[in-house]
Amino acid sequence: MSDGVEQFRSRILERKPLRLRGGGSKDFYGGPLQGDMLDTRSHSGIVGYEPSELVLTARCGTPLAEIESALAERRQGIACEPPHFGAATIGGAVAAGLSGPRRATAGSLRDFVLGVTLMDGEGRELIFGGQVMKNVAGFDVSRLIAGSLGTLGLILDVSLKVLPLPVAEATLRFEMPQDQALDAMNRWAGQPVPLAATCWQGEVLTLRLCGAQAAVMAACKNLGGERIAESEAADFWTALREQTAQFFAGPDTHGPLWRLSLPSVTPPLDLPAPQLIEWGGAQRWLRGAVDAAQLREAAAIAGGHATLFRGGDKAGGVFSPLPPGLMEVHRRLKQSFDPYGVFNPGRLYPEL
Amino acid sequence: MSQEEHSADLAQDLANPDRAALLAELAGVLPAEALLSAAEDLKPYECDGLTAYSALPWAVALPQNDEEVVAVLKVCYARQVPVVARGAGTGLSGGATPVVQGVVLSLARFMRILEIDPVARLARVQPGVRNLAISEAVAPHGLYYAPDPSSQIACTIGGNVAENSGGVHCLKYGLTLHNVVRLRVALMNGEVIEVGSHALDDPGYDLLALMIGSEGMLGVVLEATVKLTPKPRTAQVVMASFDSVVDAGEAVAAIIAAGIIPAGLEMMDKLATAAVEDFVHAGYDLTAAAILLAESDGTAEEVAEEIAAMSVLLEKNGARQLRISQSEAERLKYWAGRKAAFPAVGRITPDYMCMDGTIPRKHVAHVLTRIAELSVEFHLRCANVFHAGDGNLHPLIMFDARIPGETERAIAFGAKILELSVDVGGTITGEHGVGIEKVRQMCVQFSREELDKFHAVKAAFDPLTLLNPGKAVPYPRHCSEYRLIGSAR
Repeated sequence: MSDGVEQFRSRILERKPLRLRGGGSKDFYGGPLQGDMLDTRSHSGIVGYEPSELVLTARCGTPLAEIESALAERRQGIACEPPHFGAATIGGAVAAGLSGPRRATAGSLRDFVLGVTLMDGEGRELIFGGQVMKNVAGFDVSRLIAGSLGTLGLILDVSLKVLPLPVAEATLRFEMPQDQALDAMNRWAGQPVPLAATCWQGEVLTLRLCGAQAAVMAACKNLGGERIAESEAADFWTALREQTAQFFAGPDTHGPLWRLSLPSVTPPLDLPAPQLIEWGGAQRWLRGAVDAAQLREAAAIAGGHATLFRGGDKAGGVFSPLPPGLMEVHRRLKQSFDPYGVFNPGRLYPEL
Repeated sequence: MSQEEHSADLAQDLANPDRAALLAELAGVLPAEALLSAAEDLKPYECDGLTAYSALPWAVALPQNDEEVVAVLKVCYARQVPVVARGAGTGLSGGATPVVQGVVLSLARFMRILEIDPVARLARVQPGVRNLAISEAVAPHGLYYAPDPSSQIACTIGGNVAENSGGVHCLKYGLTLHNVVRLRVALMNGEVIEVGSHALDDPGYDLLALMIGSEGMLGVVLEATVKLTPKPRTAQVVMASFDSVVDAGEAVAAIIAAGIIPAGLEMMDKLATAAVEDFVHAGYDLTAAAILLAESDGTAEEVAEEIAAMSVLLEKNGARQLRISQSEAERLKYWAGRKAAFPAVGRITPDYMCMDGTIPRKHVAHVLTRIAELSVEFHLRCANVFHAGDGNLHPLIMFDARIPGETERAIAFGAKILELSVDVGGTITGEHGVGIEKVRQMCVQFSREELDKFHAVKAAFDPLTLLNPGKAVPYPRHCSEYRLIGSAR
C-alpha cells in the first residue's frame, strides 16, 4: 500500500467535504467545485498489464496519456477513446465516465471497466469486479462507479478491458444536409460495415472506418465519398475528441456548450444554435445561449437528456433532473457509500 | 430431514393462516387461473435449472400485465411476504429457487415483442420473451441479438438481465450488460422506475449496470429494450486438436496477442469432447487432449484473412490437426456440439454439477491440472468446457446422488474449484450467477465490508429485503459457518 493511500484515508476520516481531483482537466464539468482539494496524483502507476489477457490495471493518478502510450506499444488501446481535455488521469476519466468519438460502435468507458478498488466515506478499501472479462459475483458496483463523478468514493485502482488497435482505418467525407446525414448514419450502422465514428457539422458528414484491411477497403468502395489523407484524418478525430475543433473553440461569449444525448434516430432539432452531431446521431452538441428549460424539454420529448457541458449558468442545474423515485435510490446509494457527505458534494446533483 | 418429515412440515406450512390470508388478497388482484396454490400446481416451480435445491412456495402468481405485477408486489410488500421472480427457470445457480413462505412471480406470460425499430437497431420486449425469439423476429432486417447463452432456445430476456448472461460470442460482442439499453422495472413496493433509455447514456448513476446481473434482487423487469447487431455477412470456424491443454491455452494467448478478437473461442477437454461427440456426432477429434473452436465473422475477405492468420498461430502453437468449416451447415454442427456440452455430459452421468469460475487465461493450464488432481482426490470425474477467449471455465463434476456421500463430495469438489478460481485472481462466477448455490463462496471472494456494501445496494432498492432474499449475497453467519470449514477472507 502506498503512503498516498494512507494520506487519502486520513483526509477522508476527517469527514469534511473533499473535492477529488486528478489532473484537473475536467474542473469545468459538473456542478460547482466544493470542499478541500484532494489531489490523487500521488497514487500513480500502471500496476499490471498483460496484452494477451486484454487487461490493464492502474492507480487512479496515472495519466491517461501514460496508459495510452503503454498500450500503443503493444498495439492496443481503450476502444472508446476517452477525452483528455488536458492532463487527464485514469481515475478522473472513469469518474467522469466520458467516452470519445468511437462510443456508438465500440461501447462506453463504463463498458470497459472490469473492476475498481474504492475507498468509501469511512476510509475502507473495497474491491469490486476484478481483472477478468466475465464476472457476475455481486452487484456490478465497479460500473456504477463509472460516471458517478466521484460522489460515491475515491477510486484507488481501476482495471480496464483493452482491445487491439484497428489494423486499418479510413476517413471519408460527404457533403450532406443534417436530415440526410442522420438517415445515412443510422442506415449504415445497421449494416455489417466497419463503422467506427461519425461527425456531422456544417453540412459535412465525416465517417471513420476501423477494422480489417479488407473490410475497410470494401466499405470505402461501397460508400463512396471523399477519402481524407491519414494525418489530416487523425488530427480531425483528435480535435473532435478534445474539443479543440473550431466548433468548440472561441471565448465563452459564443455561449455555453450543451450536450444532448438522444436516441440516434431523433430527427433534426429545431433549436436556435449551431449543432455538431456525433455517435451516429446519439450525441449532439449545441453552442450558444439557448433557453435551458426549452432545451431540456426538447431532449426529454425525444427520449434523451441535456447537459450544460461547458460554461453558462450552472445555477439552473448541470444535469437533467431525475424523477423522484430514481432520486430516492440515488440518495440511498450515496448515503451508504458516503454517509458523511465527504466526496464531491453537489458535483452531480445538489442533493448528493 | 427425511421425506416424511418434509411432507409433514409442508402440510403444516400450507395450512398456515397467514398463507390463507395472502391467497385471499392475491385472489382479489389476479384472475383465478393466474394464481396457483395447490401443492401439485406448485411442484413444477420448486426449483430452477439447479435441481439440487428445491422448496415449495406458498403460491405462484402468473400475472399478464404490469398492473397485475404491481398489485402482487404491493400485496406482498404490505404483508412482508418474500417474492422470487422467475423466467423460464433455466438458471444454473438457483437464482429462482423459491423461498418458503414466499411467492414465485412468474413472468412467463410476458411473451410479446412490443416493437422492433430496425433503423435505431432496437427491440422493445417483454421479459418473458425467449432470447432466441428476438433474433428470429429481427432476422428479416439483417439484425440479431448478440448474447447467445447455450440455453437460448428456452431462456428469457428477463432472466438474462437478472444473470447478465454471456454466451460463446461475448468476447467480441459483449454480455447482456453491453446489449440491453433500457429497462422498466417494478420495485418491491410496487413503484415503477425506468433505468437506461434509447439514448446512449443517462443522467445520474448507472443504475442499469446495477440492475443487470442483480439476480432478481433489486427489481422485477417489466420491459427491456435490447440492442440489435447487424448480422455478419459470413462466418467460419476452425477446429484445432491439441495433445495437451497447455498447448491449447498457449494457442489462445497467441491469437489474442496477435491482435485478433475471434467471434468465438472455445475449448473442450477430452472427456467433454467424447461426451459431446457421442451425442451430436460433430466429427470432433476424440484422441486430442483438448480441442479449440475459433470462429471468425465479417465480410468474406475479412474472414478469409482472419482464418488464415489464426490457422498459422494454431499450428505454430502445437495444433496437430486443423479443420475449417466449409459450409454454414458444418459451422453450425461444430457449434452444436459445444452448445450441447451440458446435456451431453448429462447423458453419461446420473447427475452433474456445473461450475462457472472465470480465471485470468494465463492460469488455465495450472487450473486444469489442479482440477485433474482434485478429481482423483474426490473420486469424481470432471469434464471441462472453457470459454477460452474470456477465461470462463465450466468444469462439469459428475456424480450419482443415489450413492451416499457423493453429492456432498461433489459439492466439496466444486467449492475447491471456486476457491482455486479466486486464488489465481479470478471470480467464482462468470455468467451463471451466485444464486443459492455459490452464496457461501462469496465469503471467499469478498470481505465483510464489501458484502455489507452489497447489502446496502440491495437496501437502496428493497429496504425490507423481500425480493429474492437470501440469494447472491451472504450474511455474516454464512461466512462464519464457511470459515469453520473453509478459507473465507
